[in-house]
Amino acid sequence: MRRFLYVAGLPVLLLLGWFVLSSGSENFYAPPLRDILRAFVDTWTPERLRADVLPSLVRLFAGYVLAALLGVALGVAIGLNRRLRATVEPVLEFFRAIPPPVLVPVIMLFAGIGDGMKVIVIVFGCVWPILLNTVEGVRAVDGVQLDTAKAYGVRGAARIRTVILPSASPQIAAGLRQALSIAIILMVISEMFAASNGLGFTIVQFQRSFAIPEMWSGIILLGLLGFALSLLFRLAEGRALRWYHGLRDAQRRS
Amino acid sequence: MLEVQGLRKVYSSGGREVEALRDLTFTVENGDLVCLVGPSGCGKTTLLRCIAGLLQQTGGTVTLDGHQVSGPPPGLAMVFQEYGRSLFPWMSVRDNVSLPLKQKRVPRQRRDELVDKALAAVGLAGTESAYPWQLSGGMQQRVAIARAVAYEPSTLLMDEPFAAVDAQTRADLEDLVRSLWQRLNVTVLFITHDIDEAVYLGRRVIMLSSSPTVVQDEITVDLPAERDQLHTRADPRFTELRTHVYEQIQKAKRLSR
Ligand SMILES: Nc1ncnc2c1ncn2[C@@H]1O[C@H](COP(=O)(O)OP(=O)(O)OP(=O)(O)O)[C@@H](O)[C@H]1O
Ligand SMILES: [Mg+2]
Repeated sequence: MRRFLYVAGLPVLLLLGWFVLSSGSENFYAPPLRDILRAFVDTWTPERLRADVLPSLVRLFAGYVLAALLGVALGVAIGLNRRLRATVEPVLEFFRAIPPPVLVPVIMLFAGIGDGMKVIVIVFGCVWPILLNTVEGVRAVDGVQLDTAKAYGVRGAARIRTVILPSASPQIAAGLRQALSIAIILMVISEMFAASNGLGFTIVQFQRSFAIPEMWSGIILLGLLGFALSLLFRLAEGRALRWYHGLRDAQRRS
Repeated sequence: MLEVQGLRKVYSSGGREVEALRDLTFTVENGDLVCLVGPSGCGKTTLLRCIAGLLQQTGGTVTLDGHQVSGPPPGLAMVFQEYGRSLFPWMSVRDNVSLPLKQKRVPRQRRDELVDKALAAVGLAGTESAYPWQLSGGMQQRVAIARAVAYEPSTLLMDEPFAAVDAQTRADLEDLVRSLWQRLNVTVLFITHDIDEAVYLGRRVIMLSSSPTVVQDEITVDLPAERDQLHTRADPRFTELRTHVYEQIQKAKRLSR
């Protein structure tokens, strides 16, 4: 109960502040929160959620999962192979330095404006933190653990599955966490450029038709979505990396 | 049979060269239990890593059962000195012990049997589902020993495996190693810095000089095969042998200064 108060206290306070300060607002672009909340209820009906939010989420999920598979697979290959690493590392750093949104127009040129384009944009944007973190994690695997695996004949796929990946998993999870927020941003941006449905598309649509409270309600929904997804991620991570958090606590205590 | 011939190992890293082993030659018969003693930093771990095929020597050869060692030989198990780092923290104790067996494609049921037996032998029955980091240092060391024992190796290399356990547990584990050795007919090469332990455990004791390392001396421990902590350690012959080993080690240290 007490913890809940601590966690929920500041958000509630901020919302209250917004509500009170904006209640008399005459500004067309910053309507009272009351109106926004009313618009929220009216706008985000189940049909609308199915028609606009679901496609966004599917694209987000597809892009994120693809990026995760690609990033981890390439990351393990690069992390395990010194020569490969020396060859590709500068190129990787270059690609990573490109802000992904600028690629949207380019990718549109050859992938069209369909779902494929949006998924590619998401993959291209969020594969880098996953890839680079995986490389780091794989390189940092303890030498004694590797020797142990080697001495007991654990090699090939079993070595990767039972030793390399688990050992690198805390670092991989850090990459996945960064990638998640990038994926959400790119989902919205790619939909703002060219789309016929989706959250980003809908928000831009509202803005162009001067449906300002509805636009704000879309932004709030986006915020809630991002929050829910990162909460889900934290839950999944806490579960998968229970050993790691336990180990760290144990080391801190000693 | 394990044959080490003129083994030499020079580490070179960052322009600095360290000659860890100069010229080591000795053999270990199949089914023998040999203890290696030597001052800290003389290259005992280096030697063991070369035998286990984990480290490429600079010169000389290691031959196990007629085959030159170039990678980890099958049927060889090793207990690492860095026991804490050699256990996988993401696996339960049971999974840690059974991983090498899985890799050897031992059927499930037999695997569970071997794991249970090995854990019971080191006094860790009941900790199967714990993670290694939930255990004390001495318990972790015993998990590492259990892993090696469950593997049913034909050659067992142990690098100061009892360093983190208390005296009583240590005595129990010494007896465990001897009884396993007698029962399983395994060749054991055991590194320790404890002279009493070397004489109590070994059928032979090899003493290494300090760096640059050669074999300083070698003795056969002519104590009866049935040993027990009380009587063997009180045996006048035991005292003689340990005095001899002690003197040799002291001499090795003096020579190096
Ligand atoms: N990876 C390495 N790179 C460079 N030098 C090393 C390396 N490993 C060991 N050495 C050096 O080789 C020598 C022998 O080391 P080793 O670990 O084999 O000794 P040891 O006999 O096992 O010592 P201890 O009894 O303390 O475990 C030491 O001087 C050490 O500094
Ligand atoms: Mg050592």
